[in-house]
Order: sequence, then structure tokens, then C-alpha cells
Amino acid sequence: MAVLLTAGLLLAASACGGGGSSDASGAKGGTGGGKGKVTLTFWDWDPNMDKVVARWNAGHPGIQVKLSNPAGGDQLVAKMITAHEAKNGPDIAKVEYQSLPALVSKGVVRDITGFTKDTVTRFDQATLRATVFQGKVYGVPQDVAPLMLFYRADLFRKYGLTVPTTWDQFAATARAVRAKAPTSWLTNFDAADPGWFTGLAQQAGADWWSADGDSWKVDIDGAPTRKVAAYWQGLVGAGAVAKNPSFSPQWNKQMNDGTLLAWISGAWAPAQLGGIAPATKGEWAVAPLPAWTAGDPTTGIWGGSATTVTSDSHHPAEAAQFASWLNTDDAAVTEQVKQINVYPAATSGRSLPVLQAAPAFFPNEPDFYAEVKKVAPAARSFPMWGPNVTVTFTGYTDAFSRALQSGGSFTGALGGMQTAAVADLEKLGFTVG
Amino acid sequence: MAPTTVRARRASRFPHLLVLPAVLLLAAFVVAPGAYALLLSFQRRKVNGGLLGGGTHTVFAGLANYRDVFGDADLWSGVLRMLALGAITVPATVLFALLFAVLLDLEGTRLRRFTRLTIFLPYAVPGVIASLMWGFLYLPATSPIGGDRVDFFGRVAVYFSVGNVVVWGAVGFNMIVIYTALRALPPELHESARLDGAGEWQIVLRVKVPLVMPAVVMCPLFSTLAALQVFNEPNTLKPLSNAVTSTWVPLMAIYDEAFGNSDIHSAAATSVVLAAAALAVSFLTARLIQSRIQQEAQ
Repeated sequence: MAVLLTAGLLLAASACGGGGSSDASGAKGGTGGGKGKVTLTFWDWDPNMDKVVARWNAGHPGIQVKLSNPAGGDQLVAKMITAHEAKNGPDIAKVEYQSLPALVSKGVVRDITGFTKDTVTRFDQATLRATVFQGKVYGVPQDVAPLMLFYRADLFRKYGLTVPTTWDQFAATARAVRAKAPTSWLTNFDAADPGWFTGLAQQAGADWWSADGDSWKVDIDGAPTRKVAAYWQGLVGAGAVAKNPSFSPQWNKQMNDGTLLAWISGAWAPAQLGGIAPATKGEWAVAPLPAWTAGDPTTGIWGGSATTVTSDSHHPAEAAQFASWLNTDDAAVTEQVKQINVYPAATSGRSLPVLQAAPAFFPNEPDFYAEVKKVAPAARSFPMWGPNVTVTFTGYTDAFSRALQSGGSFTGALGGMQTAAVADLEKLGFTVG
Repeated sequence: MAPTTVRARRASRFPHLLVLPAVLLLAAFVVAPGAYALLLSFQRRKVNGGLLGGGTHTVFAGLANYRDVFGDADLWSGVLRMLALGAITVPATVLFALLFAVLLDLEGTRLRRFTRLTIFLPYAVPGVIASLMWGFLYLPATSPIGGDRVDFFGRVAVYFSVGNVVVWGAVGFNMIVIYTALRALPPELHESARLDGAGEWQIVLRVKVPLVMPAVVMCPLFSTLAALQVFNEPNTLKPLSNAVTSTWVPLMAIYDEAFGNSDIHSAAATSVVLAAAALAVSFLTARLIQSRIQQEAQ
């Protein structure tokens, strides 16, 4: 019976969607293109985004933005899809780069090329690749998050460790930690969140998805990713890194009490560490991600989002205007750096005075944003994210968890991810070359 | 003649009225969504074309979704895991419930009300909260019960760890069912048994338990149905370790299809198959229990 009820929930979910934009629909139906007040709804899960939106609302009495936070990340994507079915989605929504092609393919996100002619000139080409597909603009980039190495400066000093600059050194450091402090680890191999592993694959030169005309090329099981998987399998097999998942109570405690000495993470880490390991304020430092060949600055990315306009919005011009303001206006970007700790996607945003201050949790690192700025140009993403990233990400979590649990092969796990990704694309009706 | 017929007709309409709310609720929340899920399960979503798909449309898929369900190895491993988990939780729930009920019913038991409430209380704790709480108890870094020495998320141990949360939550309810039946037994029965020289355990095993058997057999039925629907416990424990995958049990696979991968059509097909299986199992179990009771009555 509860199975039927589950089916009922599916029905309810697809029928009433995320709900929530009654004000917007009032505005949509009513004014009929007149000069009246426009109310836009904006779905975003950034803490303190309300302060940034308040700034816009104060300066734009004719276009009021109503912020709501129905869910974050992947859950918001699911909500956007169901709300689109029910035609009651928001006007504007924050979307992570890896989810954008999926939302475009489902017709949820709108082509805003016509409204963003000037806006796009404020970003570099590498950043725009995440939101511009086949010459059409589907979102305004909000932040970029190059993958970096965060480490406990105090504990590195205590154990006499030097910061690794190559992956060979990183492996040696991991073994040295085990020898010097048998209850500690340099880091953990996280099978739960695919973001960091994807970034490592990008650094190694992997193109999990790429476009060839109108067909997709999928290369998850290729040589670069296999190299990364084999490297970490070696560390896990030798007992040199811990293998419990990140973002769990266990991991928080390990990060807080110094059991873990380093974290490979995105540039947004300082904003997160305060919640993860509150006792470690001022103890962390940042370094570029270790390289495969000494001196190669290439890194990957973990996260990063765009502000998008939905296809259900009745005021796409105003919505696009807000999205552009949010991510290119100096005052708006400054506020976001201050409130949300984003590393701005806009080129001019990266030279804002606010970036000369240290993040609140890293008072010891006044050069933090200078470090990020140094590595950002060498941050390499895939040529394009596939339209079914969720399948691959779930596949990563399941296959690598299984491999860790029962001692299976990491490279074997990649084969399963590749097969599942291709099968799903074909099932959806995409052409796979 | 005539008035009797009218009264009879009026009387016969009244019971229908009484069941109407139940029937309406069943129709609105079980039959209608079930029918819609059935419809969805024969459809599939396809992109319109081009690299980015350009929007989607729904097509009739025939039995394709069902072929995928039966060919999905992960789903069937999930079914096996669900059965393994059920093999732990169903007997453990019934045995502990019976044991606690009998102990509470014994003459000399003290603090009866307090103990009964304590055993029942976990049933009132939502599954998600219970799983989070047990998760903290299991994790090495936070465990006060030896999680740093025992791996509660080991390959075999994880079944017992998940099962433990299920049983912890379910025993109280089942205990109350059996206990109520025990208290309803006429006291003359065990008094006369005692006069005949039966010891306390003999009374329990030879008099009380056989007499409350109809209540006891309800417990495996409830527990089996709960076992088929296990979701909260493994899904909440999932992010804590590498032991639980997204398709660990069938309902988790359905959830992931529907809300992770936004494929409500596959999720609907899997739901229909699972619902059919659950209906068959509960029907068979109910029949089995009924015939057992009839046999014993004879």
C-alpha cells in the first residue's frame, strides 16, 4: 500500500511542483505589458542572499525580486523540473553549472542571448563555456571554484611536513602522516560527493562529456580518469588515506579535532569550514592543487553556479536584467563576496577591493583571494557538462562506495559509470557518437 | 409488507454511508494515484532533438519500462538485500515483542506501566530521527557503544545495524498488540493451571501463548509489510558510510529514479511491480495466517 502511496507522492510532486510563486503569477497575469510594478520570484539557497536582493529592491522599485529558498543544489533542480511541469516555477533560479545542460534539455531554462549582449562581455571565455551552449546564453555565471589544497598549517608545522606540490609528493606526505601520527590521516577518499573527484579528473585532462556537432561524446572511462582512479586506489590500498565519506558527522569531527590534515576542495571552502570544523579557525592555509608534472598550474573545478531565467517567466527581460546586475554590478558582487564568500565569475569582480581582505574563517590568510586569482585562469572544466550528470554522479557514489566497502577496483567502477551514462543518454533520445 | 421493505432498504443504505469516507479516501489517495502511476509507467520522456534536446515530449513506451525493471540487476540486488534485512527484522521484532509482552504480564513484574511505556516509546520516534540517532551511536568518531572497535557499517554488520533501528522502532507496537491480548485472557485460566501444579513458564508456554496466537500471528504480517517498505532507515544512514548505496533497497531505487534522475516513468514502473509483489505477499501471508488460525480453532 505504501508503494501505491509512493506512487501517489510522485503524482502529487508532478502535479503541484514546488509551489510558491503566487505573487509572480499575479504579476504575470495582470499587468499585460504595461508599465506597472513587476514582481519576480528568485530561487536561491545562498545564505544571506536576502541582503543582496534587498539592495536590488531598494534601487529598483519597478522590478521587485522576491527571494525564496525551497531547496539547494540537486534538490532544487528536481523542484524546478516539477514546477515547470506544473507551470508554476520561479522567474529566476540559481543552478549549478553541471545541472544547466540537463535543465536546458528539459526546456526549464530559457535562452537569454537577446537580453545579455553586454553582460557576456564581462566574463572570460573559459567561464562562459559553462553557460553558453552552441552560441546561446542560458545563464549568467555567479562564481567559479577552482580546486585547491586546504591544509592545517599548524599541524603541518607540528609534524614537520612540507606542502606537496606534485601528486607524488602528496602520496609521500600521506604516508609520512601515517608514520608520524598513526591516528591521523592526510585526507580521506570521499566516495559520497563526486564533485572533488570530477575536479581531479578535469585536472588530469579528462573530457567526460563533449559535443561533436549534434551528438555527444562520453569519455568517463578514458586514460586521464583511469590515472586519477588508479592513483587514489594506490593510496587507499596502502592505508595512506582514510576512506570514510565527507560531510558526515564522523568527518566533521575528524576535521575539527585534527584527525584529518588536508582537504581538496573548491575556493568556497572557507565559507564551509566554519560549520564543519569550528575549532580550527585561523589554522588553515591554502595552496595550489598538487600537479601531475611539477610546475603545471592546471587545476579542476568543484561547483560554481549561474543565475538562470526560466522558460515559464513572463518577464524574461527584467529577470535577465536582475541576473546580470547580481553577477556583474560591483556593489552586488562585493556584497556577495562579503556575505556568501563567492569567488566572482565576472572578470571585473576579481579585482574588487573586498577581495583584499581575508575570509572570516581564514584571518591568517590575507592573500587567500590572491591565491585563488592566481590559479583560476588554469582551472579546467569539461568542454561541456552532459545533460544527464545526475546519473553519472549517483553512479560515482554507488560504484566507489562499493569498491571501498568490498575492496573492489576503482578503475572497474569507471567502466560502470561510462556504460550507465551512455545508456541513459540513448534512452532519453540523445545521439551518442 | 411495504413498511418493512422501506425500513430494510433504509437500513441497508446506512452502512454504505458509513464506509463512504473510507472509500473516498482510498479512491483519492490510493486508487487514483495508483492508476496514474500505471499510466505513467507505460510512457517515456524523449528529447526533441539536437545536442541539447530542445525540450522534451512524452511518448508511449509500451512495456519498455517494465523490461528495464526486470533487467535492472541493481534493483534485484536491492530486493535480495530487502529480503535479507526482513529475515532479520521480522523474527526479531516478533520474538522480542512476545518476550516483552509475556514478561510484562507475569505476576511479579514491577514497574509495569513505566516499563511498558519505555518499550513502546521508540515506536513514537520517527524513523528518520531514530536512524540519525543510531547513526551517531554507530559512527567511530561519535560512538559511545564501541563503534571505534566494531565496524557497525561492515559488509555483513550493516544489515544488523539497519535491522536494529527497524526492530527498535517496531517492537513496542507489536508488544502492545500481544500484551493487550494477554491481559484479555480470563484469569481463571492460569489460576486453574496453577492449581493443577503448572509452573510460571509452563503457564506461559502451554496456556498463555497458544491462546494469544491469533494476536501473535498479526505481528509477522505487520512486520513483513514494513520490511517490504523499508526506506527511512537505510536512506538516512546512507551519507554516514560507504555501506549503503542509492539502490540499497527497492524503495530507495524508486526514490532515486523519481527525484534524483527526474525519471518519473521508470519510477512508476518500478513502483507498480513492487506494489504488485507487495500485494501478492500480503495476500498470501494473510491467507496463510487465516488457515493456521482456522486449523487451530478446529
